Amino acid sequence: MGYLLEVRNITKRFGGLVAVNNVSMGVNTGEVVGLLGDNGAGKSTLIKVISGVYPADEGTILFQGNEVHIASPMDALAMGIETIYQDLALAENLNTPSNIFLGREKMRKVLGFLNVLDHEYMQAESRKILEKLDILIPSLRNRIRALSGGQRQAVAISRSIYWDAKFLIMDEPTAALGVAEQKKVIDTINRLKSHGIGIVVISHQMHDVFQVADRLIIMRRGEKVAERITRETNADEVVSLIVGAETVLQNRGRAVTP
Amino acid sequence: MGDRALATNRGRAPAPVVSVLGRNWAFFFLLLTLVVFSFTGKNFFALNNFQNIVHLATTSLLLACAETFVIITGGIDLSIGFVLGLSAVSASSTMQVLYAAHWSAAASILVGIGVGLVSALACGLAAGVLVSRYRVPPFIATLGTQGIAIGVTYHICGGFPVWYLPPGLTDIGNAYLLYIHPASGAWSFFSRPAGVAANQIKELVRVFPLSFFLIIVFLILLWHLLKNTKFGQHTYAIGGSMDASVRAGINTRRHLTLIYVLSAFLAGVAGIVDLFQTGTGNFTTFGAQLELFAIAAVIIGGASLMGGKGRVLASVVGVLLLKVLENGLNLSGVEPFYRYIAVGLILIVAVVIDQLFPDLF
Amino acid sequence: MTRRAGFTSFIGQRWAVMFLVIELIFFSSLAGGFFALNGVQIVLFYSTTLALLATAETFVIVTGGIDLSVGFVMGFASVVSAKLSGAFTDRGLPPDVALLLAILITLAIGLLPGLVNGLLVARLKVPPFLATFAVQGITYGISLLLTQGSAAVNVPNLANVIGNGYLLYLVPGHGISFLAAPPVEPGHTVIGILPTMVVVTVLFIAVCAFLLKRTKFGRHTYAIGGNIDAAVRAGINVNRHLVVIYVLSSFLATLSGIIYMLEYVTGKSDAGSSFMLDSVVAVVIGGASLFGGVGTVWRSILGVLILSVLEMGLKIMGVQTFDKYIAVGVILIFAVLIDQFFPELIHKED
Repeated sequence: MGYLLEVRNITKRFGGLVAVNNVSMGVNTGEVVGLLGDNGAGKSTLIKVISGVYPADEGTILFQGNEVHIASPMDALAMGIETIYQDLALAENLNTPSNIFLGREKMRKVLGFLNVLDHEYMQAESRKILEKLDILIPSLRNRIRALSGGQRQAVAISRSIYWDAKFLIMDEPTAALGVAEQKKVIDTINRLKSHGIGIVVISHQMHDVFQVADRLIIMRRGEKVAERITRETNADEVVSLIVGAETVLQNRGRAVTP
Repeated sequence: MGDRALATNRGRAPAPVVSVLGRNWAFFFLLLTLVVFSFTGKNFFALNNFQNIVHLATTSLLLACAETFVIITGGIDLSIGFVLGLSAVSASSTMQVLYAAHWSAAASILVGIGVGLVSALACGLAAGVLVSRYRVPPFIATLGTQGIAIGVTYHICGGFPVWYLPPGLTDIGNAYLLYIHPASGAWSFFSRPAGVAANQIKELVRVFPLSFFLIIVFLILLWHLLKNTKFGQHTYAIGGSMDASVRAGINTRRHLTLIYVLSAFLAGVAGIVDLFQTGTGNFTTFGAQLELFAIAAVIIGGASLMGGKGRVLASVVGVLLLKVLENGLNLSGVEPFYRYIAVGLILIVAVVIDQLFPDLF
Repeated sequence: MTRRAGFTSFIGQRWAVMFLVIELIFFSSLAGGFFALNGVQIVLFYSTTLALLATAETFVIVTGGIDLSVGFVMGFASVVSAKLSGAFTDRGLPPDVALLLAILITLAIGLLPGLVNGLLVARLKVPPFLATFAVQGITYGISLLLTQGSAAVNVPNLANVIGNGYLLYLVPGHGISFLAAPPVEPGHTVIGILPTMVVVTVLFIAVCAFLLKRTKFGRHTYAIGGNIDAAVRAGINVNRHLVVIYVLSSFLATLSGIIYMLEYVTGKSDAGSSFMLDSVVAVVIGGASLFGGVGTVWRSILGVLILSVLEMGLKIMGVQTFDKYIAVGVILIFAVLIDQFFPELIHKED
């Protein structure tokens, strides 16, 4: 059994700039891979290639063992590859069930011929998926606007899971969240793992990454420079890989004059 | 702006009483004005007067409904006032021409209505395409179509109202369901009872103007559309977050086009109603500010220009409030100039309430 | 979104000016005499009110707002100044003092609508569209109240002399004179050059253009329109600045109303009713963006000229002026579309 999602020799150029240079990596089912790197390292671009925002210039993508062609975000969604963006893409003026079912609303028949939104069904289903992920949202009727950042994140994740996402890409899931909420998101990600979802997490929060990721892939200047199993490494080593070992050595070499 | 509101109001829902009061302040204010004017206004609290208010408010109600949909999506439609005129003029001109060419009254009227509605739809389609496909800001797009509507209208009617129309228009437009002659006890549907002479019309009691039924039907349909259908849900979604809607797979381009087509269609219907109520094809005069009135009514009803909020019934309350105010002030002997001041003040109140309690609606 | 090379870009950048030139050529060829001194002066003369309103609107639109009250503040100002000058004259004041006093008082009162607008927008965070719409209604109501619905006509005749006067008078063969038409025997023509009101208007507009382009005030205005959060963080007192902007707008609208009163020797409440949206249209045609941060005073004036020439030209041609609305609608949409297809042409500070 190979990877759930694998990319081989992906290259993406923008004009003269090579944003992603011959990168290969894979994610297994039930595994979280942390994608790390400084700004401009190419993580976002790689992610966008996988989710269909940009077509790759070179290289192949394999999903569930088969080579696939992802030409647009719709293609990715259809395959079950979902992205949770930093801005979450939720409609603040609608409530939780409405957001989970956005674009895929359930209807029921009234008086035999009239098609009407089935709010009860959507609410019940939403409650089910939230419970399954052990997420607590006090009132499903409230607009998303009334929820905290972490709760909104949870709604966005539930939406993807409800619609059978098999592979999740999460861009900075814990940024702008308080400590307690960050923990909740971490717990949710761990729970998703146990459901067999493959996840890629981009994050600058080293602490959170170490808590959820099974493997770490570090990129620098468009290239994959290292791959580590989380258990077998530490934050120092990872940081030095991100910024480039030469730079770290330089700083260490400077003597501190009294 | 949403963030600031979130920071101060989250977790601190206002007390239920305040919430209900604030959310429906326009409705309570309407009740208040009804009470006040009953005392100060001559013949205000009369069946006749109330029915008259609603009857004459039909076009404004339709325009406010049109604007409601557009404003929920975060847009605005400045053309509806003149699309109304275009529809009335094109419909009436057609009727005039056909009737003069010896078509039957019924046929010329029906075809005329068709022409009026089609001309309105064309305007809406133009605005919709400009907004959805060419990303022209709605303010500009509808300002543009407004200008074109004005021009075409005047081309058709040359600046004069259209007369010499087939008979029977006002008979339908101003008809009531039930006519009762209290003195003789005679009554009938749709027209004055037999045995009541023309000069005794003043003694008749009329119940339920037909335009009332028209507006009820439209209100029910539009309310259903907004509240119970995917179309309505997506309308709110687009107003709340265009991004989220696009990523959820909603065809926002087509949806927005439809919204502006719907808006213009309702304006077209309003034009037809005006035609039936007045018996002439009237172009919309400059300074009528019909669209601004409709926008004001929708905002008073609780919608926000940012989009994402609004309800059909609330907009109806907004229109009624303004109309009752106008009528009441009139009957109370207050000079009409105060109307402008009153509308301005109410509008400010509406927006300030919306600012202070953003989570109410 | 690549840069269109060469010719297309050149034309695209200057489409507004070229359009104006084409208009002028078109109309003067069809209706002789358009280019005559008289024709040009008439166009400029009729443009003065709209020009001031468009200047007012420019400042507001650059901050990302809109001012729907300018038209009715103008009418209000014409009414107030007319009534005051009439009242002062009735009390025995000489006409020049009466007018001067009336004008000064009107200018002061005219700041009020702007103050209200500014406070509503800046302090109460009311969307500018609604705030200025509400204020417009209130101002209109007040001016109707003052005139009881009719026009205010009791204005000293000096107004006419000033309002319709020229800076320079030329009597062929007899010499020139300033500010007042020289007495002439019948049969001699007097040619007026440079209508005084046009000169006054141009002066104010020039000051405003300078204000917007070259002062810190102007820079801050663009900053607020570009990114209000960045402006706040940069230390700009955004609330106070916005209030000043709306007061300035109101001031210019008041000025415009006073000029109207001088030109027509009457005060009418609805003098500016058709200008409400025309001023916005002119500014947008001139390249400003309703989202703010973009636009200049002179380009808005260009927009005004395009509209005025169009109106004048159609009138001379005997074409229904209602077609003007179609033309304006099309031009407006065109102006916005051009910004889309040539996004690099957005004129920030020229």
